[in-house]
Parts: sequence; structure tokens; C-alpha cells
Amino acid sequence: MNITVKFFATFRRGREKIVNIEVERGSTVKEVLDIVKIEVDEIAILLVNGRDGTIAQLLNDGDTLSLFPPVGGG
Amino acid sequence: MQGYNGKILRINLTTQSVKTEPLDLVQAQKFIGGRGLGSKILMDEIDANIDPLSPENKLIFVTGPLTGTATPTGGRYMVVTKSPLTGTVASSNSGGYWGAELKFAGYDAIILEGKADKPVYINIEDEKVEIKDASSLWGKVVSETTTELERIHGSKVRVSTIGPGGEKLSKMASIMNEKSRAAGRSGVGAVMGSKNLKAIVVRGSHKVEIANPEKLKEVFSRCLSQIKENGVTGQGLPAYGTAVLVNILNENGALPTNNFQTSLFEKADDISGETMAEKFLTKKEACFRCPIACGRVCDMDGVEVAGPEYETLWSFGSDCGVSDLGEIIKANNWCNELGIDTISVGATIAAAMELYQRGYIKKEDLGDGPELIWGNAEAVVEWTKRIGLAQGLGAKMAEGSYRLCEMFGAPELSMTVKKQELPAYDPRGIQGQGISYATSNRGGCHVRGYMISPEILGLPEKLDRFSLEGKSEWAKLFQDFTAGIDSVGLCLFTSFAMGADDYADLYNAVCGTEITGNDFVQAGERIWNIEKIFNLNAGIDSSQDTLPKRLLKDEIPEGPSKGWVTRLDILLPEYYIARGWDQLGIPTSTKLEELGIDSKLDSTKV
Ligand code: SF4
Repeated sequence: MNITVKFFATFRRGREKIVNIEVERGSTVKEVLDIVKIEVDEIAILLVNGRDGTIAQLLNDGDTLSLFPPVGGG
Repeated sequence: MQGYNGKILRINLTTQSVKTEPLDLVQAQKFIGGRGLGSKILMDEIDANIDPLSPENKLIFVTGPLTGTATPTGGRYMVVTKSPLTGTVASSNSGGYWGAELKFAGYDAIILEGKADKPVYINIEDEKVEIKDASSLWGKVVSETTTELERIHGSKVRVSTIGPGGEKLSKMASIMNEKSRAAGRSGVGAVMGSKNLKAIVVRGSHKVEIANPEKLKEVFSRCLSQIKENGVTGQGLPAYGTAVLVNILNENGALPTNNFQTSLFEKADDISGETMAEKFLTKKEACFRCPIACGRVCDMDGVEVAGPEYETLWSFGSDCGVSDLGEIIKANNWCNELGIDTISVGATIAAAMELYQRGYIKKEDLGDGPELIWGNAEAVVEWTKRIGLAQGLGAKMAEGSYRLCEMFGAPELSMTVKKQELPAYDPRGIQGQGISYATSNRGGCHVRGYMISPEILGLPEKLDRFSLEGKSEWAKLFQDFTAGIDSVGLCLFTSFAMGADDYADLYNAVCGTEITGNDFVQAGERIWNIEKIFNLNAGIDSSQDTLPKRLLKDEIPEGPSKGWVTRLDILLPEYYIARGWDQLGIPTSTKLEELGIDSKLDSTKV
């Protein structure tokens, strides 16, 4: 299945802003993170289709993951 | 008592009298300083029903006990007055260096009364205070005024000034210090303009006395490590400023777009902090003693200017459908130069665009101005200028979005609370922010209880942004805590890394007191309650604790927050209970007694 991963702030260093990856059906967020080489503890905000996501969450075909490192408020 | 200078400067501009008075230290401790002390003074000294732009209104510049001390971000000051935009108490916070300099000059606050018969400015050098002619400065933009005053009084002075916006009494006028730091909201600059006061120049040579310097060093270094280690204050804000929020809010589907008609902006990335850092950022800037340095300096056609904050990227950007970051930087710079508030100005242009879209504003109303069409960046820059200079339709827009929409017969298109423009977070997708907006004592505002912190950023813990459970209690706590921070003299951004006990420890080290974190938050609650009493006495009752109809009735039409409205029907009654107020949102006598508040509710008003 196809998953879109969007990177923000410092996660864009050395990466594209957005990538599409093929993963096996039944993959979790964690498995996608391993592929894009982002450690769980680097992430401050993790959204799946714009909603709060979890590491163990099962993904569906066409899902979008948005990943943010610690960022500012204000 | 250390921390406080113990001295207030009272200047009557009508009679030109200048007096110093002792600070009432009992009141000062009860209301901390800054926003709290200023509100208490305003409450005691003016009738809440006066016209905000009349000589009867007072304009109070007030520091906190930590302003000017070796504490992280200890340079903030507040401008407190009755707002011409909202009719509520106004307290606008600013950073930079001016507030600390006022402390060094030996004062905790300046109370300005009356009205000068011609333009004047005030020059303060420690004990020497002069009221000087400002005829040659009147009409000048902020940078020119500041440079000219520095030329006259020396480059070491600090200048706080209004621009043409304040002179022309725009209800969105700000007061600017060090050229680009703004006491931005609620039209405080118009009150200064109404007094014919152009600027206040300060130079001080005293140090703020500290009760326990050893303890302060220890608490300071602890707080500093917390700030450095915290992801938001140690990495996020220094790297991207507040601008990084554009993409975050948009990914959540809560970035208001086209005057809140939707909440998803296709071109968000073009106006994001990431794009700003990549294409426009030249350097960072910090306020007095700030280890965070969230300020941005950007390139504007070869000139270095202050960069826009998140709220500004939103107001001139997605709220107007504009994706040209270079033009947003220009509009932001015009706001700084003309002394007008970026949030209110951008949001008012967005409202004007919707009035134009729906045919309320007609082509002939525009005069020779550019068309108010979504996405027209040139229009945003040009109308900003015309608002600041009160030209043509710009003069009507300078009254703010609510009055503009009312003039054109469509008040429901104004996205305001208590007539103040809402900022950059759609409360339909962030329920706790909705209750915080609706109950803010100065109208539409994000820094009166920044629920974005738990609901979006996950600090101090992540709350489900759609859930209603406990949100009213959270909002109350954030409101009270923030009132404390605004009063002590530190920047609100420290609260991402610091808790109530940290502020109490800093306060104790500086002032020699022994308050607890709970006392600190309770002082915040006391402040919140007197602000509310002022508003009730001014005739602004709880029927105004609400949101624009669009946010209560029209669901967000697309994106991750699709289908949501703000559930104020549930949140508001819970909020009043959390506050210990009655069902009509009036503080009960039990609550006021508990908080030791002697200010009276005007029984003819409530
Ligand atoms: S965090 Fe930003 S606004 Fe606050 S004091 Fe520091 S530089 Fe100024």
C-alpha cells in the first residue's frame, strides 16, 4: 500500500519535503519511521491524516503521515 | 522591598504636572506587577464607563518585579488602559529593552493622564522628566521617530512611540519600542494618540535591587537549563521562530483561511517558517536577557527588516488567501512603521475581502485602491498602508473588522470576540482554544490562555483537540497562570519550559518573599477576576462571552477538522462553574472574598 510522508522543520534537512513509499499491508507507523530513518524520540508531533497518531497505529492505503520535531509556539 | 523600585511616575498631560509617588507595596504583591498591578490601578482610578479616547482615560506603562533583572526574558512591560477597540480593559505586552530601561530609571510604572494641547513626547533620564514639543515628529513613521529621538538624546536611549496609526486614532493602533517590538493589541496606540503623546524616551542608570542574589543565580541557572533542554524553547523557537506553526496548524486543518470560510490552505508551505528560513531569514534577534531569541530578521528587497510572526503570516497570508511571503513581509513592515497591529489589520482586510466577495463592498467603494480579491497580495500591502494612514476606505477599515462589517450591514462576517479580531487558530478544530477565546477579558486573543500548547503542541501533556472533557478547567488554569506571567515581567514563551514553582522561586529570590507556585497561580486568578469586574462595570456582560456565529454553526467544510463547530454550549457553563462564578458569568461574593478582592461590582450594571 502507498503511504505519503510529509516532513517539517529540521526533518527536511537532507530529505525531500514529501515522499511516497510503498509498504506492506498491515504496516504500522513505526515501520514507516524505520524506512524514513526517524527515531521515535526525535518526533514531537505525529499526525496521521491530520489527526493525532501513535507509533503502533496500523496504517491504511493512502494515509498521510505528518512529522514534526520539537517546534515553537506563540 | 526589592524587585520593585517602589516608585510610580504620574504625569498629567493637561496640566503638565509631573509627580513621583510611592508604589503601594501591599497592592503590588497582591497583583504582582505588570498586567495585574496596571489593571488594579486602572480599576481604582477610572470610571469603567468613560470614552476610551477621552482625556479621562489613563494610559499606564507598567513593569513587573522581574523586569530589568537577571532572569530569563526579564524585559517585558505592559500597557494597560481602557481599550477603544473592545471597551474592555486592555493590557498589551511588549518585549525588547524599553521596559528594563524604565526600571533602570527608577520607576515601576508611568501613569499618564489628561491630554496635551499639542503633540508632545516625554523624556526620562532617571529623576529628570521633561515634557517636550513633538510637533516635528508628528506624522513620522516609527523608525524615523525613533532615529530622530536617538539623535537628539543619544543612541543609548530607548524609545517607545506611536506611528501615524495611533495619531489618527485607529482602533488597531499599537505602541512600538525599539522600532519593531509591539504592544500591539486592543488599540492602545490610539489612546496614546488621543493624548497627543507621540513617544516616551527613557534612559536609566540604576540597577534593580535583588533580595537574594545567590538564590537568584541558582534558580536562574536551573530555569536556563530547562529552557535550553526543552524542545520548544531550546530548539523550535530559536530555529524557526513562531512561524513554524503555519504548517502545523494547516496539517491539523485548523489554519483559518479566507476569513474562516475554511481552515485548510493549499499553499501553506509557501508562507511557512520553513520557507521563511530558506528564502528570507538573515538573522535572529532576542529581547533583553532572552536565551530563546525567537525574533526573526528578514530580507526585504535588500533591506533588513523585522520578520513576521506566525500570527502575521496567517493574517496577511491564509486568512486573505495570500501565498506571497515577500509581500507579507512588506505588509508586516508597514504595520511596524505605521504603528498598527498585524493581527487586527490582516484580519480586517480578510473581512473586507469577504464583504467584497459577497457584494457588500462595491467596486466604487474601493476608490483607486486595489481590488479586495482573495489572494491579491498587492491589495494586502496597499490596504495596510491605507489603514495606517486612514485613507479612503482604509479609514473605515481602521475602525477594525467589527465596525467595518457593521457599517456595510454584515456584522456576522466579522471574526471577532468583543470586537477584537480573532487570531490564527480555528477554534472549531481546537475546542479548548474556543472557550479561551470566548472568555478572554480583552476579546479575541490567543495569549490569554494558550490552549494550543496542550491541544496542538502537547505541552505539558497532549490533549485530544476535539474532546470537551476538562477543557474548561484547563482553559481557566492557563488563563490564570498566564496572567501571573504577564504580571511578573517575563515572556510567556518561557512557560513552555517553566512551571508555576519556577516563577514563584524567581519572584522570591528577587523580592525576598516566600510565595508558592499555588500562590502565583492564585494571584493570576485574582487578576483575571478584577479584569472581569472592570468589564462588567463597563457594561460588557457575559452575553459577549461568545464566538462569531460562523464558528458555532458552520462546520469546517474540509480537511482533518471537517465537520466540527465549537461546542460553546457545553464548554461555557462548565467554564463558569470552574471559575466559581454564577450562571450569568458574574464572580460570586464568595469567590471575591476567597481571592481578597475589594473592588466592587457596579450593581447598576450587573
Ligand atoms: S522568546 Fe522571543 S518574544 Fe520572548 S523575550 Fe525572547 S525574543 Fe522576546
